[in-house]
Amino acid sequence: MIRTLVLVALATMPTLATMSTLARAGESARDAILADYAAQSRAADPAFAAFSAQRGETLFRTEWAGGDPRTPSCTSCHTADPKNSGRNAKTGRPIDPVAVSVNPSRFTDSADVEKQFGRDCKSVLGRACTALEKGDYITFMAGQ
Amino acid sequence: MRTAMILTAFLVASTQALADDWVPPVTDDLVRKECGSCHMAFQPAFLPARSWERIMDDLADHFGEDATLPADQAAAIRTYLTENAGDVKGRGLARKYMRWVEPGAAPLKITENPAFLREHDFPSQVWKDPKVVTKSNCLACHVQADQGNFDDD
Repeated sequence: MIRTLVLVALATMPTLATMSTLARAGESARDAILADYAAQSRAADPAFAAFSAQRGETLFRTEWAGGDPRTPSCTSCHTADPKNSGRNAKTGRPIDPVAVSVNPSRFTDSADVEKQFGRDCKSVLGRACTALEKGDYITFMAGQ
Repeated sequence: MRTAMILTAFLVASTQALADDWVPPVTDDLVRKECGSCHMAFQPAFLPARSWERIMDDLADHFGEDATLPADQAAAIRTYLTENAGDVKGRGLARKYMRWVEPGAAPLKITENPAFLREHDFPSQVWKDPKVVTKSNCLACHVQADQGNFDDD
């Protein structure tokens, strides 16, 4: 399945002439991160089929109750539109957009991705996110 | 050669003129990235080395946040912060700030230093500006704070 996806991705690459080399590199790095979360999701639940942008959006917009009161939702810092720049609700520091269409370097470094989910899930949800949630979130943002 | 000497003299003079509002900027890429991912990477000169040791000893509870890093990165950051701490290098604003740190004390908040408080005695509505959020958000007003320039005009 993954191999087919990679082959399809490779086959379509030459046609995407307008895409910068950087964006393509970013896309394959992002795909590798997603493939890893997919493997983890499958291990956790053999019925896992695919990530869902819709579930990712719900995750993004839900007002959770378990985390830091300053960050009840992802939108507390990232605003309701992930294409916008955000602002850290605790420190005031500006945050680059999360939407991949406007910020192609998002979700391309697995260590950074894990670190950020580790911090933000704790702050917003009050617990660690599952691999399924992480994959859904990235899938949503990759389409934004 | 002569030009170089004149230039050097000029640079020294202008640095001294700015010394009141200047600290050595963070030049280490790892420190800039990791310490700057949630807030501005504060210049180590604002705190003594003892403070940075304390901060790096407890990244799991970093002002209420889990700022844990891989051990090798944390060690490299600790080295940079302690080697460039205010009581070690003492350049620019560091001198002003270190004057208020008791011998042996390891304060955690730059914003509680009297040198900071004296310069930031504002009405509460200034702090309530939505762009400010917290006193440690230097960049809200000092637009070149991350370059070590805290000039406020």
